[in-house]
Amino acid sequence: MDLYQQLIIDHSKRPHRMGLRDPFDAEVHHVNPTCGDEITLRVDVDGDVVRDLSYDSLGCSISVASASMLAELLTGEDVGHARTVYAAIRHMLTSKGGDPGDEDVIGDAVALSGVARYPARVKCALLSWMALADAMAQSGIDLTEETHV
Amino acid sequence: MSTTTTRAGAFSDQELARIRADFPILARTVRDGHPLVYLDSGATSQKPYAVLDAERDWYTQVNAAPHRGAHALSEEGTEAYEAARATIAAFVGAGPQEIVFTKNATESLNLAAYAFSNASTGGGGGGGDRFRLGPGDEVVVTEMEHHANLIPWQELCRRTGATLRWLGVTDEGRLDLSNLDSVITERTRVVSVVHASNVLGTINPVATIVARARSVGALVVLDACQSVPHLAVDVADLGVDLLAFSGHKMLGPMGVGVLWGRPEVLDAMPVFLTGGSMIETVTMERATYAPVPQKFEAGVPNAAQAVGLAAACDYLTELGMDRVAAHEHALTELLLAGLRERPWTRLVGPDDLLDRGGAVSFVVDEVHAHDVGQILDDQGVAVRVGHHCAWPLHRRMRAMATTRVSVAAYTTPADIAAFFTALDRVPTVFGIGG
Ligand SMILES: Cc1ncc(COP(=O)(O)O)c(C=O)c1O
Repeated sequence: MDLYQQLIIDHSKRPHRMGLRDPFDAEVHHVNPTCGDEITLRVDVDGDVVRDLSYDSLGCSISVASASMLAELLTGEDVGHARTVYAAIRHMLTSKGGDPGDEDVIGDAVALSGVARYPARVKCALLSWMALADAMAQSGIDLTEETHV
Repeated sequence: MSTTTTRAGAFSDQELARIRADFPILARTVRDGHPLVYLDSGATSQKPYAVLDAERDWYTQVNAAPHRGAHALSEEGTEAYEAARATIAAFVGAGPQEIVFTKNATESLNLAAYAFSNASTGGGGGGGDRFRLGPGDEVVVTEMEHHANLIPWQELCRRTGATLRWLGVTDEGRLDLSNLDSVITERTRVVSVVHASNVLGTINPVATIVARARSVGALVVLDACQSVPHLAVDVADLGVDLLAFSGHKMLGPMGVGVLWGRPEVLDAMPVFLTGGSMIETVTMERATYAPVPQKFEAGVPNAAQAVGLAAACDYLTELGMDRVAAHEHALTELLLAGLRERPWTRLVGPDDLLDRGGAVSFVVDEVHAHDVGQILDDQGVAVRVGHHCAWPLHRRMRAMATTRVSVAAYTTPADIAAFFTALDRVPTVFGIGG
């Protein structure tokens, strides 16, 4: 089935940058109460740069792969770029299939576009991104601010 | 359909074809034309025409508020509503005045928990010191409870200062009775347990628990949500004090549930929801209450749903509950055997048919239940994935989430075969097994 593209299987079996690391500015723990998927996520922000993103993720292939892609996409990037990627991912995942995702902006995460057609799974894919927004907010950065690309 | 008087066996192919023709939804397709294979009856069952027609007839022929007014329709409506009560009561071996209509089992269990709570804070309409709780008193549940039979008791303990205790679960998924006498003690005031687990399938030894509870003077509440739809249940045989179930899991409509109670127990319970038509007299200062069951049925009731549920009971009686149980037993055997043949699965629950219902949960090595469910769903196979509202039980069984197959009278051996065919795609997609 096209939901489970090889990229999702690969990321979920060997999540990139997995593990909790020091130092960090904020740590959050988010759960998906309908299925028990969990993520603990830490951000280390240095001025305008996301210096490190570390996480411990327990859940279905979609939620683990999404966390892995998140860490890969945003580690070392500046906050402005993080806002752009965050907005693009949210738009794709909540588009009910209308937005296939732009590989130039969201890289491997385009593989998650199929999830948007399964409302029950959107939350799995969004879990790590909601955790990220929360952790950034706790570090004084609003990821949901309007971006002008 | 005629009931057999010979020894009960599974339904034949011809019988199943006739039964399935009564359930219109079973003929539909899902996800790009796949025939629906519905294996989620534990969450909610499908409904036969007989139930849908009974509800429709209520609205087209007799609709009026029961127990209110004196016009012709109101009289007929009251009669139909009370006849439904009698039919449903008889289905579980009870007298008509012993059952209270609620919205579902969750509300029934909350009604029971709030009897204790309200008695403890001076609530009216009951008599009973039996229901007054405070620090030093204990409430006992089990580790395999659905949240609906756990959280109301947690909250009750929080409000009253009583202590919550529980019986554990063995690795096999049976109730651990080794410390029964130290968990249920002289301090225990109420024991609330599930009859058939919605996850493990385990049918609990009610008689053993009742005997221990009786010896210490505790009341016993039974969550019969997953037993009443699947096997013949007789409240007198069980010996419990209160028993809860939901209509929608037993071919009936959504929005109606039942709390059965021994008459003297219901009498002694303070009122829960209050308002219209549950009263005897009312002044500006206070009210006195109607007899059971009316004192627990505040507001215009879910009469159409009650009538629909009575039709579901008639339908099941016509099939014969012994046949239904035998049929589901045979399907459960197919499920257990099929999982045994697949070493990349791990059953969560007893791997034998003794005291076991038709909820079969399992995990697939290295693959999350959501992913298993997605592969099945893609081929039209509907199962439940997650913790099935039994999070502590999943923690106990070292499973983050499970995939649950659950059966009903209309489930066929072909459904089970289709499930396994779909399941066999999981190792391929996720590159496991070998
Ligand atoms: C064992 C058990 N208890 C209680 C409930 C709650 O039933 P309802 O949601 O209909 O109130 C369920 C339903 O899943 C159940 O399986």
